[in-house]
Amino acid sequence: MKTIILRTASDYLLPVLLIFSIFILLRGHYLPGGGFVGGLIASIAFVLHSFANGLSNTKALLRIHPGFLMPVGLGLAFLSAIAPILGFGLPLMTGIWMPEPISVLGTIGSALFFDIGVYLVVIGVTLTIIFTISESA
Amino acid sequence: MLVAILLGFIFSLFLVLAGKFFKGKLAILSATIPLVLFIYFAQFLGRISNGEVITQHNSWIPSFNVNLDFTLDGLSLLFSLMITGIGFLVFVYTAAYLKNHKYLDRFYGYLSMFMASMLGLVLSDNLITLFIFWELTSISSFFLIGFNNSNEGSRKSAIQALAITGLGGLTLLAGSIFLGSVTGTYSISEMLNSGAEIAASPYYILIVSLFFIAAFTKSAQFPFHFWLPDAMKAPTPVSTYLHSATMVKAGVYLLMRFTPVLGNQEFWNTTLIIVGAITMIYSAIHMLFRTDLKGILAYSTITALGIMVFMIGQGSRDALLATALFIIVHALYKATLFLVTGIIDLQTGTRDVTVLRGLRKVLLPVAIAGFLAAISSAGIPPSLGFLGKELIYEGTLQVGGTAVLLVVLIVITKILLFYAGFVAGVTPFMGKLPEAYQKVKMPSPILWVAPLILALAGILFGIFPGIIDSSLLTPAVNSMGADGADIHLKLWHGFNIVLLLSAITIAAGTILYFKVKPSAELENRISKLEFISPKSINEGFGNLFTKFSDLWTNFFQNGYLRNYVKTIMIFMIVLTGYKLFKTATFSLDYSTLLELTVYEVTICLVMLVSILYTLFTSSRLAAVASMGVIGYSICLVFVFYSAPDLAMTQFSIDTLTVILFVLVLYRLPKYLNLSDYKMRIKDGIISIAFGSIITILILEVIAEQVGRNVSEYYAHNAYLLAHGKNVVNVILVDFRGVDTLIEISVLAIAAIGVFGLLKLRLKRSDQR
Repeated sequence: MKTIILRTASDYLLPVLLIFSIFILLRGHYLPGGGFVGGLIASIAFVLHSFANGLSNTKALLRIHPGFLMPVGLGLAFLSAIAPILGFGLPLMTGIWMPEPISVLGTIGSALFFDIGVYLVVIGVTLTIIFTISESA
Repeated sequence: MLVAILLGFIFSLFLVLAGKFFKGKLAILSATIPLVLFIYFAQFLGRISNGEVITQHNSWIPSFNVNLDFTLDGLSLLFSLMITGIGFLVFVYTAAYLKNHKYLDRFYGYLSMFMASMLGLVLSDNLITLFIFWELTSISSFFLIGFNNSNEGSRKSAIQALAITGLGGLTLLAGSIFLGSVTGTYSISEMLNSGAEIAASPYYILIVSLFFIAAFTKSAQFPFHFWLPDAMKAPTPVSTYLHSATMVKAGVYLLMRFTPVLGNQEFWNTTLIIVGAITMIYSAIHMLFRTDLKGILAYSTITALGIMVFMIGQGSRDALLATALFIIVHALYKATLFLVTGIIDLQTGTRDVTVLRGLRKVLLPVAIAGFLAAISSAGIPPSLGFLGKELIYEGTLQVGGTAVLLVVLIVITKILLFYAGFVAGVTPFMGKLPEAYQKVKMPSPILWVAPLILALAGILFGIFPGIIDSSLLTPAVNSMGADGADIHLKLWHGFNIVLLLSAITIAAGTILYFKVKPSAELENRISKLEFISPKSINEGFGNLFTKFSDLWTNFFQNGYLRNYVKTIMIFMIVLTGYKLFKTATFSLDYSTLLELTVYEVTICLVMLVSILYTLFTSSRLAAVASMGVIGYSICLVFVFYSAPDLAMTQFSIDTLTVILFVLVLYRLPKYLNLSDYKMRIKDGIISIAFGSIITILILEVIAEQVGRNVSEYYAHNAYLLAHGKNVVNVILVDFRGVDTLIEISVLAIAAIGVFGLLKLRLKRSDQR
């Protein structure tokens, strides 16, 4: 599918979609969105890029294998789950929140980091599966 | 005390790193661990004999009442001293026995792991902790039996032993939990006072039966005994240490420990006497038909364990005292005989008792050890064995009505044990030395000192029983709930019926020894009956099970994705359908439904068309695309019903699914192999049934008056507790965050699975 239109568009679509996915991730706590959807949108951005420019180019763009995002994301989610135990002596997954909300993002708490972990895992999983299958195709 | 128990584990971990230093000449240094522990426990002798009980409490999982609580009383001290004392000698012996073995460090690792687990077992005051140590002894025994892992027989025996003792471990856990819930505690010392309460509970028989299975599997009682003779595939130090002196007595220990809690009931006493009697007679007769020295010793160990269970079953003070004494006696002489057998095996290369003769001329100290052990085993004065036998007879005579029968049984067993001891300890050394063994050399003293010490101890304690009676036996009997005061053992009791029985035993044993010679012919004769032995029955069951799982697996795991989907669907149709059929009302209140809108009708029509198109198109790509249309239509439905989160997710997922499908289709061959007419009808019926079931299910759910508590709770508290306004997301990342954590882990595992399967490039040799 190496059409010029798609290739040109994907160069612009990739950053736009990625920013959109982060937007969806961050607004998740207040409005529809969240880590899972955000992760899927980000994956779609990369898949689209790979369709337009070829898988090897997308991989070169990513530099690391997307599979590495899985342990990073899992680790982040796990850390934010056990942070209350380690830091505050509270039960597992207790939400810890900054006292004051900041502009744009709203109140920052452990749930946000948990959601970022989900986001990374979803990207890692989706891209690993799709890249692996298309490589062996 | 905790450090003392864990020392063995620490040492075996240390060996992982520093193992190579302990392979060569330094190996003998490992023996300092049991020696230090022996000295440590020996220093408690004074305090324990004064009636003190030393306890230690370490919190572990207090919310479940599981704690590392340890109690050192008479009974545990007796076992601890045996474990560390014999452990020390076995550690020393091993240094020479397995000299230059490639995996000597590994062997010491397992051995000290076992020692630590065994110490933990006998010192635990908490039932759950006891269970954990119990399992650890089974596991270390598994590694030690299978130590020669290149030998198929060893591996098989190891698995068999693990399976049998593991089964017992599970019943022990079940029994412990029952007992814990009846008494409200897992602490054994706290249970001591609730004996009557437990006996009155409806679960008493169940609890006792579970404990019995645990004890009988571990202590090789009939019909679970067969793993023990097979376990003799292990190197001799292991047979000595685990499979005669210590581990197999764990079951006996369990029974002794729980005598004051569960004992003194008819069910307890009768079962133990019957099982013990069957075991001792059965394996005592088996001894006559063995020619392998280790085989004879294995069966005589089972016999001895049977006697112990038999005596515990009698439950009187004298019987319990006899058990405690017999444990010491047996450990001393049986360990000696095993060590002696190991030396003979090492120096001559055979354990066949029909060819070994006259070795006293070349292995004099070993012969002395063997001879002394045989005396103790046979119960000839002045050995400790004589005292043990006298007490056993005395205890059995006190049993009421059936005393005569039981006495006859125990005397016959003892006569056969006499024979076995002499065959193992004396026969190889007597007679004329055959040509072949003229050049047998004396082994290094490291090997023969250990059995000699043990054998001499057996005689020494017999002549001076004062060394052990009040210091060790009294507290041990006390901790079994009987009165252990003024126990004074002596060799001479005057002329009485016990002495007469002893005389009969010795006389009959001597005659038997000189009349019956072990021969291969006898062994063959008994092996014809092998097919009805518990072992063969167990193996038959094992084979049957393997065959069944083979059939089962091949039926369901046939490798066709379509069949998996079909199986799951049919299963669900049958199960859900059955339940629905019984409970569903099939009534629908039309008034609660909203009116249809134009959008909905349109979407439904679009879906219907796409479904029909998917079904009847002959192009794969078109089918995938129209499936995508269905997915997007469902997104729209979500949007109509104000579930934007779901719609977004469904939309992204659908996009990715279509991409995945296309990628997979790309790999499929170009030609189409569509299913035939019959197949389509079959699949159609299943699909329609499945769809109908799901529809009915959803209608039922709608008809049900749902409690809205949960959703209201979430809606109310999302902002208050979790600072979020989007309830769906708050549920995902906060209220039910642990679920999400597990879900993303599953996702990651699935991705790794896909990656692994597709990247796998098998070597030609690994392909099947």
